Amino acid sequence: MSAHNTVENVAVLELMVRNHPGVMSHVCGLFSRRAYNVEGIVCLPVDDGGQSRIFLKVGEEERLDQVVKQLEKLSDVLHVNRHQDGHPVFADLQQYFHA
Amino acid sequence: MEEMTGAQLIIRTLHKFGITTIAGIPGGANLPLYDALHQFPEIRHILARHEQGAGFIAQGMARSSGKPAVCFATSGPGATNILTAIADAYLDSTPVICITGQVPLSMIGTDAFQEVDVYGLSIPITKCNYLVRSVEELLRILPEAFHAATSGRPGPVLIDIPKDVQLAHITVDRLPDLPEPTRPSAPSETDLHTAAQMINQAERPVFYVGGGIVHSCAGKAARRFAEKACLPTAMTLMGLGVLPPEHDLYMGMLGMHAARSTNIMLDECDLLIAAGVRFDDRATGKISAFCPDAKIVHIDIDPAEISKLKQAHLGLVGDIRATLEQLFPLIAERQINGWNKRVRNLRAEYPFFCDENFDFASPYGIIMRAAEIVGDRAIVTTDVGKHQMWTAQVYPVNRTRQLLTSGGLGTMGFGLPAAIGAALQNPDRPVICFSGDGSIMMNIQELATLAEHNLNVKVVVLNNQSLGLVRQQQKLFYEGHYVASEYNHTVDLAAIARGFGLKSFDGSTSMLLDELLSVALQSEGPALITIPIDIEEDVYPMVPPGAANSVMIGGKYECA
Ligand SMILES: Cc1ncc(C[n+]2csc(CCOP(=O)(O)OP(=O)(O)O)c2C)c(N)n1
Repeated sequence: MSAHNTVENVAVLELMVRNHPGVMSHVCGLFSRRAYNVEGIVCLPVDDGGQSRIFLKVGEEERLDQVVKQLEKLSDVLHVNRHQDGHPVFADLQQYFHA
Repeated sequence: MEEMTGAQLIIRTLHKFGITTIAGIPGGANLPLYDALHQFPEIRHILARHEQGAGFIAQGMARSSGKPAVCFATSGPGATNILTAIADAYLDSTPVICITGQVPLSMIGTDAFQEVDVYGLSIPITKCNYLVRSVEELLRILPEAFHAATSGRPGPVLIDIPKDVQLAHITVDRLPDLPEPTRPSAPSETDLHTAAQMINQAERPVFYVGGGIVHSCAGKAARRFAEKACLPTAMTLMGLGVLPPEHDLYMGMLGMHAARSTNIMLDECDLLIAAGVRFDDRATGKISAFCPDAKIVHIDIDPAEISKLKQAHLGLVGDIRATLEQLFPLIAERQINGWNKRVRNLRAEYPFFCDENFDFASPYGIIMRAAEIVGDRAIVTTDVGKHQMWTAQVYPVNRTRQLLTSGGLGTMGFGLPAAIGAALQNPDRPVICFSGDGSIMMNIQELATLAEHNLNVKVVVLNNQSLGLVRQQQKLFYEGHYVASEYNHTVDLAAIARGFGLKSFDGSTSMLLDELLSVALQSEGPALITIPIDIEEDVYPMVPPGAANSVMIGGKYECA
């Protein structure tokens, strides 16, 4: 993790997606093939399970616009919300991530 | 209410959506689909000889018409074989719908016979893809797939359908309807006015147009636009045809194999009006040095293309035709001025090729003579290599959808099956395919498909006994180390074509090339013509890969 990417100022993208077995492949595949940095990912189904919410911690200040536009092109992605200054979901999970 | 199988539902829905021809190859996992075709003679099935051929036949239909086309492959190897054609369609935004058979649902994930994860494999090369998990889902997925393939920026869709889903029964009220294409967003009035102001105030504007113009049927609108503002117009490989070569504003292709004049013009421009283009590296050269002094107005239907590689000063997201039509009344009429004269002088100084060196037996000579014989109505396809670039440089492409070529993926083997698809779609037009002795080998089995359907396709092989474009790179950038780029074994392509049941003509046994071309190209039905070309004939000018477009090698321009 580079120095300026402290937990606080890394943008978090919040996605609403159609929940089916291929959706994680689509989202993760996009990040790997376009070489976007993702530093964290949380995904759980919402309510009845027809949709899921995905939080992505994205280390891409410069290209964030491009990342969002590419995500919006995925047919299973219904909505993308930006949290420019991070999101507490990752802070809350931090306790489970100590060696 | 009617009961039918999933396979019948698919075939009948495809027909309802306007599909009358499907290219493919059967196998265990898609046999129910083929059985449904048995009861449905309204759809003509074209049996390709390799699934990649089927994919490119569908592409030939789609690219020449702008309408979606369908191809079939079975699970496992059938599906993996077709993927190259799907990736090719993805990079050139072509609406192809590929339907693959899959092992039954209960066996997915067990390494069953001919099971491969086609859904996973196709994620990065399709606009969207599906693994159908129940017969009911077909009612939603089929219309969705067509919608995705054709609306906004077009692209391929893959639908993987397990065999048991094809066999399952379903009762339907009515077949699904083809959804209306979504209306694309339109740029704001303010942005349109800003764009017009930038155009009206520019001193050295250039219009840079690409495949997006073709997809949005904006050819005429683009031409009117260019004419009103007197915009010198450079085209990407995919945009060729927007302006015909004899047009005053025509500047041909830009980039790696552009005329020097075109790249110099781009270097000097102060405004780049980019429409339906994606700043591909073959067009821009080193991107940081592309149009260094220009402001950029970028028009595209895909918001993700704006500022993807080069920051646009103004992005207009919307349908290109609609956008150009809205801009039209806002832009000022401009007469030929100093800039146009400068461009014209550049053209005179650095023409596309030099009349003096014009030799009928040269690649340029052959391509131009062939064009003359087949006439303006002909559709042209190419494979990939020098012959492709020579064709792009000098073939008189007078309208969009006239030249079909693999741009983004650069797939050798595209030309012949794409020509078959174009001929199936346009039975009233002649089709000519320029190929190389390397590329023709990559889908040569489709000569059988061509002969079987007796289509009006002429395959012209510019035969230089080598993988020419690769050899040229070795000559220029690898000190002439010709490793694996020369064919030391000669094959008799004319005899091979005859073996497939085609007429064939061999330029090496005939002194009268002109006569040979006339007879061969005017003969009825399909034919293959192989013409020997000097192995040292290269494509010039050339921008070295990774260099700025101002660094151009070669091209003999010191003629009187
Ligand atoms: C499927 C595929 N494999 C490899 C390449 C790399 N490649 C680009 S051009 C070329 C040579 C093409 O030779 P040929 O078809 O004879 O055309 P020529 O350049 O000689 O006109 C090769 C191997 C490619 N574009 N596509």
